Amino acid sequence: MTTLAPERTIQPVSTPVRRPTSRSPVATAILLVGAAYCLLPVLWVLIASSKSGAELFSTFTFSPSTHLFDNIADLSAYRGGLFWRWMANTTLYAGVGGLLSTIVSAAAGYGLAKYTFIGKQATFNVLLAGVLVPSVVLAVPQYLLLAKLGLTNTYWAVLLPSIISPYGIYLARIYAAAAVPDDLVEAARTDGAGDFLIFRSIAVPLMAPGLVTVFLFQFVAIWNNFLLPYIMLGNDQLFPLTVGLSGLLNQGASQPSLYTSVVTGSLLSIVPLVALFLTLQRYWKVDLAAGAVKS
Amino acid sequence: MRRHIGLGLTAFAAAAALLLAGCSGSDEPAAEQGPKENVKLTFWTWAPNMDKVVATWNAAHPEIQVTVNKQDGGDPAVTKLLTAIKAGSGAPDVMQAEYQKIPTLVSADALADLTGKLDQGTAGHFPETVWKSVTLGTDAVYGVPQDSGPMQFYYRTDIFKQYGLQVPTTWDEYAQVARKLHAADPKKYLGTFSANDPGWFAGLAQQAGASWWSIDGESWSVSVDDEPTVKVADFWGGLVQDGVIDNKPMYTPEWNAALNNGTQVGWLSAIWAPGVLEGNAAATKGKWAMAPMPQWTPDQPATGNWGGSATSVTSQSKHPAEAAKFIEWLNTSPEAVTALAKVSGVYPSDQPGQAAALSAPPAFFANQPDFYPKAAEIAKTARSFTFGPNVNVAYSAYTDEFGKAAQAKSKAGFTAAIKAMQTTTLENLKSSGFSVK
Repeated sequence: MTTLAPERTIQPVSTPVRRPTSRSPVATAILLVGAAYCLLPVLWVLIASSKSGAELFSTFTFSPSTHLFDNIADLSAYRGGLFWRWMANTTLYAGVGGLLSTIVSAAAGYGLAKYTFIGKQATFNVLLAGVLVPSVVLAVPQYLLLAKLGLTNTYWAVLLPSIISPYGIYLARIYAAAAVPDDLVEAARTDGAGDFLIFRSIAVPLMAPGLVTVFLFQFVAIWNNFLLPYIMLGNDQLFPLTVGLSGLLNQGASQPSLYTSVVTGSLLSIVPLVALFLTLQRYWKVDLAAGAVKS
Repeated sequence: MRRHIGLGLTAFAAAAALLLAGCSGSDEPAAEQGPKENVKLTFWTWAPNMDKVVATWNAAHPEIQVTVNKQDGGDPAVTKLLTAIKAGSGAPDVMQAEYQKIPTLVSADALADLTGKLDQGTAGHFPETVWKSVTLGTDAVYGVPQDSGPMQFYYRTDIFKQYGLQVPTTWDEYAQVARKLHAADPKKYLGTFSANDPGWFAGLAQQAGASWWSIDGESWSVSVDDEPTVKVADFWGGLVQDGVIDNKPMYTPEWNAALNNGTQVGWLSAIWAPGVLEGNAAATKGKWAMAPMPQWTPDQPATGNWGGSATSVTSQSKHPAEAAKFIEWLNTSPEAVTALAKVSGVYPSDQPGQAAALSAPPAFFANQPDFYPKAAEIAKTARSFTFGPNVNVAYSAYTDEFGKAAQAKSKAGFTAAIKAMQTTTLENLKSSGFSVK
C-alpha cells in the first residue's frame, strides 16, 4: 500500500515532459473540429437568444439580432419572476448538495484508503458497482422511498439523494491514497492527534485539489440533473432550472411552446457554470501540480 | 464508509417496509375531515395563468385555499400522478385530466368518484357527449369538464387567393386543393400528416365516425381498425404517398418555420389553434381564417375533438368534498368560466357561460368577427368517442407505426399501421388483465 501510492502520482508527471518539437497538423485539425463541435451549439444558443419570437424560426440560423434584453425581460416577467426562483433553487441544490456530497466523499474516501477493517474490499467493490449504476435508474425507487417518508415535493427530496455519490467516494479514495502519506498520519497519531483531527487538519488540506474536482463533478451533475427533480417535485416553486424550462416547452398541444424564453433561459442557466469553472479551474490546475511535486 | 453501509441498510429496511405497506397504502380514508379548519388544496394543471383564475376563488373562500402547481402538459403530469398514486403519497388534491386519460386514471384508482358531492344541475351545464367523458357511461362522476377541443380547418387566406383556391368542404375537395397547390408551388403543402400527434389522428377518426374502444358491462372491446379509421388512414396514406401532403410532424421547429414562411398553408386543428399560431407565427396575423372541417358526408356535418380536459379530484385527497366544490365553481360559475376564457385562454365546455365568455374573437383572428359563434355551431356536430384504459399504449403504437409509414411515404404502410395499432392495443388490454370481448 505504501509503495503503491507514490507510483500512482508519479505517472501523470512523467508524461508531460517537454517534447514540443513537432506539432501534427492532423491532430490540430481534429482538435479544431472537436472544439467547433462543442462550441457551435453554445454559439447557436447565444445567437438564438438574441432573436425575437418571430425571428427565431424565420431568419437565418446564425444571424444575430438585438432582442436579447427584451427576451431576458420577458423571461423575468414570466409568472412574477419564477425563472429566478428556479435559478436560486438550482444554486441551492447544486451548491449545498455538492458541498455535502464532497464532505461525505472525503470522509468515506479517506476512511477507505487509510484504515484497515473487515469488509473493506467488499465495501469498495459494492461502491465500484454503484459507479456503474446510472442515477437515472435509481430515481423511481428513490421516489418511492421518499414518498414513504413523506419527503417528496420538498427540498430534501432532491438534496438527500444527491449527497451520496459513489463516483465521488471512489475519486476521493484514489486521491487520499495518493496524496496523504501514511508516514504523516502515523506521525500525527504518535503526537497524540485523534482520528478526526488528523482527517480535518492533515488529510483534507492535502486532498483539497481532489476534493475540488469531486465538488465540481457533483455540482455540475446536480445542476444538469433532470429526472430526479422531475419525478420528485410537483410544486413549481421548488423546481430547478432544468425542470422549469422543460415545462415552458411542454405546455400541452393547445398552447404554443415558449421557445424564445426557453432558449434565453438555457443561456442564462449555463452562465453560472461557466463562471464556476473559470474560477475553480485555477485551483484545480495548481493543485494537480502540487500533488505531483510532493510525491 | 460505515455510514454508507448504514445508509444501505436503512434503504433496504425502507424498501422492505414499502413492500409490506404496499397493500395497505391505498385505502386511506377519504372521509370528511373534522370541522371548520382551513382546508388547503393543491391543484396540478398546465393551463396558463390558472393561478390568476384561482386567486379569485381564494379571495372569496378563505376556508378553502387552493395552490396551483403548474405542470408539464399532458402525459408527463399523468405519469407523475400515477407514480404518486402507486407510492401512496405525493399526489395533489385536484388534477387537470385530459378526457382521453380519464379511463386510464380511473382504472388505476387515481380519481375520486364525486357522486353526491356536486350540485344536481352540474351535468346540465355540458353537452351530453362531453359529460359522458367524465362519467364513462357509468353512474360515477370522475370530474367536471373544463375545456373542449372541437376541430376545424385553418388556412392562409392570402395564399388561397394567390393560387385561386376554394376552401374545401369535403375531403375529396381537400385532396384536390392539396394537389393543385402543390402543383403550383412544389414547396407548399396544404397540410402535413403528423405521426407525432395521435390525438390529432384520433380526432380525424372520430369525425369519420370511429370510436376506438367500447365497454359493455365489464368487458372492453377495441376497434381501432374499424371501417371509418381505415378510411381516414387510406385517405392520408394516398396523399402522403403522392407527396402532395407533407409527412413531417407538427410542433417541431421546422414546422414552426413552415408556418412562418407560408409553406404550410393550412392546418387541421382545434379551437385553441389561434393561440398556437400566435405563439409560433406571430408575423402571419390577419392572414388566417377558420372554416369547418372538410366532410365525409356533406349532408351530415361532423367534427372530432383534439384535446380538452376535465378537472378531477384525486383518490389521495383528504378533502374531496371541498375539492368538488372548488372544481364545480371553476368550471360552471360565470365568473370563473369568463376568467378561464379570457385569462387562461381555454375554450370552456360550460354551455351557459360560453357565449358571454367568448364575446369577441381571439385577437389573432380579429379579421373573423364570428369566430366563436361559428365555432360553437361546429362544436355541436362533434361525434361521440369512447376512450379506453390503455390510450397510452394505442397512442405510442400510433407514433411508432405511423412514424415508419409516413417516413416511407407508403399507402400500404398506413393501412398496415392501423392493423398493428389494433393488435398492440388489444393484446395489451388482455395482458393487463382487463376483460376483453
